[in-house]
Amino acid sequence: MSFAEQFQHPLGRLSLESLPFWQMLNDPTRGNVINGVIGTAAALMVVIGTLVTIAMITKYRKWSVLWSQWLTSPDHKKIGIMYVVLALVMLIRALMEALLMRAQQAFGLEGGFLSPDHFAQLFSTHGTIMIFFVAMPFLTGIINYVMPLQIGARDVSFPVLNSISFWLTAAGAALVMISLCIGKFSTGGWFGYPPYTEASFSPGVGPDYWIWALTLASLASTFSGINFAVTIYKKRAPGMKLMVMPLFTWTALCTSIIMIFAMPPLTVAMAQLALDRYLGFHFFTNELGGNMMNFANLFWLFGHPEVYILVLPSFGVYSELISTFSGKSLFGYRSMVIATMAIVALSFAVWMHHFFTMGQSANINAVFGIASMLIGIPTGVKIYDWMWTIFRGRVRFTVPMIYSIGFIYLFVLGGITGILLASPTIDYQVHNTVFLVAHFHNVAIPGALFGLLAGYHFWFPKAFGFRLNERMGKVSAFCWIFGFMLAFFPLYALGLMGLPRRSVAYTEPSYVPLEIAAFLGAILLTVALVTLVVQLWVSIKQRDKNRVFAGDPWDGRSLEWSVSAPPPEYNFAVIPVVTGRDAFTLAKEGGKAYPLPESYTDIEMPKNSVMGPVLGAIGFALAFGLVWHILWMVILFFVAAVVTMIVYGFARDTTRIVPAQQVQQEHRRWLDAVAAATGISRADEYQSANQGLAEMTIHEVPA
Amino acid sequence: MSHEVIKHPGLNLGAAHGPQHDASEALMFGFWIFLMSDAILFGLVFASYVTLVNATAGGPEPHALYDIKSVFIETLLLLASSFTFGMASLALKYQHSTARLIGWLMVTLVLGVTFLDFELHDFVSMFAKDGVPSRSGFLSAFFDLVPLHGLHVAGGCIWLICLVGQIAKYGVDTQAKHGVMRLALFWHFLDIVWIAIYSVVYLAGLA
Ligand code: HEM
Ligand SMILES: [Cu+2]
Repeated sequence: MSFAEQFQHPLGRLSLESLPFWQMLNDPTRGNVINGVIGTAAALMVVIGTLVTIAMITKYRKWSVLWSQWLTSPDHKKIGIMYVVLALVMLIRALMEALLMRAQQAFGLEGGFLSPDHFAQLFSTHGTIMIFFVAMPFLTGIINYVMPLQIGARDVSFPVLNSISFWLTAAGAALVMISLCIGKFSTGGWFGYPPYTEASFSPGVGPDYWIWALTLASLASTFSGINFAVTIYKKRAPGMKLMVMPLFTWTALCTSIIMIFAMPPLTVAMAQLALDRYLGFHFFTNELGGNMMNFANLFWLFGHPEVYILVLPSFGVYSELISTFSGKSLFGYRSMVIATMAIVALSFAVWMHHFFTMGQSANINAVFGIASMLIGIPTGVKIYDWMWTIFRGRVRFTVPMIYSIGFIYLFVLGGITGILLASPTIDYQVHNTVFLVAHFHNVAIPGALFGLLAGYHFWFPKAFGFRLNERMGKVSAFCWIFGFMLAFFPLYALGLMGLPRRSVAYTEPSYVPLEIAAFLGAILLTVALVTLVVQLWVSIKQRDKNRVFAGDPWDGRSLEWSVSAPPPEYNFAVIPVVTGRDAFTLAKEGGKAYPLPESYTDIEMPKNSVMGPVLGAIGFALAFGLVWHILWMVILFFVAAVVTMIVYGFARDTTRIVPAQQVQQEHRRWLDAVAAATGISRADEYQSANQGLAEMTIHEVPA
Repeated sequence: MSHEVIKHPGLNLGAAHGPQHDASEALMFGFWIFLMSDAILFGLVFASYVTLVNATAGGPEPHALYDIKSVFIETLLLLASSFTFGMASLALKYQHSTARLIGWLMVTLVLGVTFLDFELHDFVSMFAKDGVPSRSGFLSAFFDLVPLHGLHVAGGCIWLICLVGQIAKYGVDTQAKHGVMRLALFWHFLDIVWIAIYSVVYLAGLA
């Protein structure tokens, strides 16, 4: 069928063949059955998971609560939590895929059990999901939750846009999920290089799923970046000067700036590839003047800054919690800020190291190689700052601290292998081997994922009012750290031994022991994730023993700890006045941590808005129609999107008032609880006696 | 509370609107940042065009396709529309009558639509000379860049109509003012992009 014919069919190119078990039923060879069963099982997990969720919500009659309290909420805290939930759900899938890939390679000497096509889908979805639907929503969620609280704001600047961003991300994630049940995902890897992903080589729906999922995610991140940057520039509390902001807020700002500038290249790359595939343009084709190098440049012009989007927020998290759990203010605050900014600037000047081997001159390679190595300098500054912060601190070995220390060791190693790869001569030897896979997981997992998980443990009590189970958290953290080492250190060796990345199978027997070690590592990582889930379950069961309503369980230093846990929807009954860095610590030392305001005023808050869910649903349907060439769907939902935005333009009266009376009541209730609580010493924080009030007799260790 | 007279980039909302400056400030600043992001988008599409301009693959070349007279008229139309939008902004700033504001907006709309009409004619005549996007890398890049600007203008026109609708329904309220102020930025921005298209695509292509 030609493109035009496909578009004429009311169901486009949807057919029974799109179901994951179709091939297995019609051609039951051994290979087809194994791959069909795995594919069908995965699809069933999605379907059953969705159905069970729907059934539970219906059974407990939670639809209206869910709708009015969560899905349509413009509250940055709720949106932040929804982002993190989305990230964790997607993490489960992406990790299962990683496990499957490791299993395949462990048995890959005789060819393994997966077909090459299936394996290709696995690394493509795994990479795509981990980057766009795990790491991105996770960090966006944590920024969403924490940043406005840290700067003393009541919400982000554009709450409804925030909700729209979330729902567009969720739509993209849903698109990747539904590709398990209907049709196939791309086999072109997470960066989907044409001409392989062009219609002539990949005529199926796979690359289209990938294109539209990334487009939705890209737009969402652009809006998030704008939203966060404006919030940080314009909504800080009085006295919260730029050089007073907590470091996490600084990294949030830097991340937002990268988002604003780095997402457009991705959008352009996706749009041009779509034009090629749908309308026969020749941007990246082999014939008629197309040039795939344009795609490589566009993609990595996004792709490299993207890795700093991934790690910078975690750097911020580490800075906060290393300082908190060392009981010291951050060492070298100013150098940290400058280093972060330097990383932002450099991140836009190194993209070419992703294709040293693709034909440019040695001189160009040298320039980009040196620029890449330069990033080691500001990053090194940060590492030293963290170490000096820990030095002579009263360090508490909490779960977030375990992640941080694991991070410092492992990230240095990942950074060093990065500097190796930044040398074009070395890169020529190991590019496209699993040495590279080991390197980028070595920075992505300790650098991004651990930080986000540490942040999850750190701020969980703030968000939900009770602490997570400490022991299970430690088990999980150690499993992550050692699992990571076991899963990825062998890949350095395998890479040097010449194993290409994305290999479905191999013929070299000496790979096997290392492959098996890596597989065991992946199992340990799975244990880590399961422990995390169990920890959540157990912690919810034990929540009454671990309440920290007073809001400051870790003797925190920035403003988010100065309000109740969970905070009221307006965050601050009275906007605080900031006098310096570590604003809350300053207040505690001055004995002014919990001031009683003389009077309260009405607070204006945004009303709920259906824009987010509606635009998310429309975005999903539009993308689905485009993937499957269902013309009426495309037209219908395109028009729907335009009409929705027009109607929204006519909306007036979008805020509501929280009366001063209610603010007073809630605030007094909390202050009473604070007065009734007994302060906890730092050493006893993980015990039930911790009600969220820090002992006030604290002596700073001189830095 | 005292407020500085012009706190936000863009137009003053008038002295009577003190506290509203704060809200407008974030809104206008946010829109500037959005335009910055959009400018990157255009910049990259320009870059694609520049790298592909010689990739004609034996197909028609710029000389055979571009009609400078028509493009010159389009340029004048767009520049004129920026001027008339400026008049609309002044009408808003000095709180002239609503009729005057709407009048200038409508003139802008007519100019914008006429621009689009001319542009569409250009495309049709290019198509007739085998200047279709699927012919070559060069034409792909052309039909990515120039219609992208055209689509922005079309979006601006729809936005403008909606704003007139909002003013008709609610009068010139704060939100309508914000809308006009942001659309003004958008419109002038597209004008600048067009100047770049005029120079990089048409003048350089015919030089
Ligand atoms: C948590 C445990 C993880 C495991 C066990 C794991 C495992 C794997 C494996 C086996 C591959 C295929 C390697 C190959 O090409 O031979 C892979 C690829 C990849 N992973 Fe992971 N991964 C993990 C986490 C992550 C995280 C956190 C990220 C990003 C934030 C990530 C991003 C990627 C990317 C981008 C690829 C490349 C996909 C491609 O080739 O296009 N992974 N991973
Ligand atoms: Cu890079």
